Amino acid sequence: MTTKEWKFTAKDIAEKPDLFLAGHRACAGCGPATVLRMIMKATRGPTIVTEATGCMEVVSSIYPYTSWAVPWLHTAFETAASNASGIEAALKIMKKKGRISQEHVDVIAFAGDGGTFDIGFQALSGAVERGHDFLFVLYDNEAYMNTGIQRSGGTPHGAATTTSPAGTLIPGKLEYKKPIADIMVAHGMPYVATATPYYWKDLMTKVRKGLEVEGPAFLHVFAPCPRGWRSNPAKSIEYAKLVVETCVFPVWESVNGHCQLSTPSKLVALAPQKKKPVADYLQGQGRFRHMFKPKGKQLLDEIQRITDARWECLLRRCGETPKTA
Amino acid sequence: MQTTIKQKMTALAGDQAVAYAAKQSDVDVVAAYPITPQTIIVEKFSEYVANGEVETEFVCVESEHSAMTASLAASATGARAFTATASAGLALMHEMLFVTSGCRAPVVMAVANRALSAPLNIHGDHSDSMAQRDSGWIQMYAENAQEAYDSIIQAFRIAENLDVLLPAMVGLDGFTLSHTLENVETLPDETVKEFVGVRKFPNVLTHNGKTVPFRLDPANPMTMGPIALQNYYFEFKRQQEEAMTHAVNVIQQVNSEYAKISGRSYGNGLIEGYGLEDAEVVAICLGSTAGTMKTVVDDLRQDGVKAGLLRLRTFRPLPVEAIRSALANVKAVAVMDKCLSFGGNGGPVFHEIRHLLYESANHPYIVNYIYGLGGRDTSPRKLRSIYETLQDILQAGHVKTSIQYLGLRG
Repeated sequence: MTTKEWKFTAKDIAEKPDLFLAGHRACAGCGPATVLRMIMKATRGPTIVTEATGCMEVVSSIYPYTSWAVPWLHTAFETAASNASGIEAALKIMKKKGRISQEHVDVIAFAGDGGTFDIGFQALSGAVERGHDFLFVLYDNEAYMNTGIQRSGGTPHGAATTTSPAGTLIPGKLEYKKPIADIMVAHGMPYVATATPYYWKDLMTKVRKGLEVEGPAFLHVFAPCPRGWRSNPAKSIEYAKLVVETCVFPVWESVNGHCQLSTPSKLVALAPQKKKPVADYLQGQGRFRHMFKPKGKQLLDEIQRITDARWECLLRRCGETPKTA
Repeated sequence: MQTTIKQKMTALAGDQAVAYAAKQSDVDVVAAYPITPQTIIVEKFSEYVANGEVETEFVCVESEHSAMTASLAASATGARAFTATASAGLALMHEMLFVTSGCRAPVVMAVANRALSAPLNIHGDHSDSMAQRDSGWIQMYAENAQEAYDSIIQAFRIAENLDVLLPAMVGLDGFTLSHTLENVETLPDETVKEFVGVRKFPNVLTHNGKTVPFRLDPANPMTMGPIALQNYYFEFKRQQEEAMTHAVNVIQQVNSEYAKISGRSYGNGLIEGYGLEDAEVVAICLGSTAGTMKTVVDDLRQDGVKAGLLRLRTFRPLPVEAIRSALANVKAVAVMDKCLSFGGNGGPVFHEIRHLLYESANHPYIVNYIYGLGGRDTSPRKLRSIYETLQDILQAGHVKTSIQYLGLRG
């Protein structure tokens, strides 16, 4: 099923009623809450949402209140994708048997980085392999924030968390962030994209594309967490811009395995001199504070090196010629 | 009992009988993962799907954890969901069993009862489902393949009853029942379809003050599986307990209704007595052991021993009143457990039977037999020795060893 247009002008967006409602209990400056609201503004029709245990589930469903104006199901931490599998299977057969009234119902699964990179990965991989028609949205705030800022497979190299503290011997997380979107592309799924809430139109367009695709779609959304990152709540959206400008988190999409940069990252590719140093993004976040002390210089340089290497790898994958600034 | 409905006699193993019952029960979604000795159920059901014999969405999931989750989610969406597992598979589902009952999703599951690792063992005992006894699921145990077939059909009616709305598992002993061919009488498709009916939904009040059917429906948005803290969680749990109380009556009603169409009933649906009326010495067991026990009772009766058998068909909800009244005049009881509660002073069934007898006027002597772990064969001779021990106790006037191991090496 395709819908004709997805212009997402400010007027269109303002006129569409919210489906993720105000009154939830997210922190000030919460990236994921902003992301969810935007995504729910981009739905195209009847939708069922399912969510893994995590920050957004907890802040939006404290009984007897709810922030959800759509049918919503939470079961456990590792189950966003298996919930979606069951919902989609039920919708398919119930439609066939004439037991539901809607022509089509979209299914969106939300999970944080813990529920995607780590504990929920098996269910996600299985659901994608089976080809269920659903959109999986990873809101990535780069650690287990709901339980108090513990490192996850999505926590970046060098970040301090409560289980990877920056100590005198070990400078934060030693391991690297799992390339989750690449792993999903490797599943051979029809649609994979990355996005951040600063580029809201890009994000919403990708939501709509993910819904339009028949079969599974995966959207990796960068979602700042001021509480967990020890950052200024007023700067969350700014970080969602800087992370793209520094190429730490480029935005791109892969349609049937064909990868291309989205406009914000494409602009950096076309004008490499505008590519900002990673320090611009890392500075001001408490989780990277140790890198800006004399002893942290080596780590900072390493992060710049890895970021550059990954960016060049992505450019090649997207058919762009790496240019030096 | 007379029935006018013509039934078909087929040779079916327990697993096949279960798959056939699910096929006839108009199941919308089956999400399952293979594990011995349950495998035949999913294999058989896959054949039905491949041959277009069922209108069912079959989700061949990547683990039992997802099998239970997808079943729960399908059920929450309004589908009739069925799954099957055993042993380690059931253990892997553990977390989601609680979520399924907590979400009041009437999923039906067959459990081909099998021992838990380690050491690895694929044969039958009740360690797997007994470990899930507090998960909020209705638990029934079949004596033979016929009952496995009948119980699956009944389970949908029980689980989906609006006064119950709880998931239900039907246990069938691994290999002894799951893989053994028996003559099974099956009802016509239309009869079963009519008996199970189309799933109904209770009306519930949503956050915005609307009364809507309890399922995920974009026309009537509802938040399911929320977070409920100190101020509401307790009430949710108390309601589940109330639903279990309702299930005691519903199981009996469904057992009687089913008898009208099939001519078959299993005691009152909760417990089945054999020679209980005037029995002095009684053994209590679950599942396939009862078949052998009945011949042992017959033999003992011929020898003038007032022996009886109480088969616990339903373990959850525990039929407290029915058991208490069945044992009112019994002098000595042996409770048989195909499961150990390590360090718990006896097996789980023993704990519960002894516990419910506390409030009886006349306490019988009571002993516990742990038997059949990992599929250890239990011969009629060994089973007879249980009654002999009970007779010895009556003669001696006291219990020497309250927990005994039947058929243990050395």
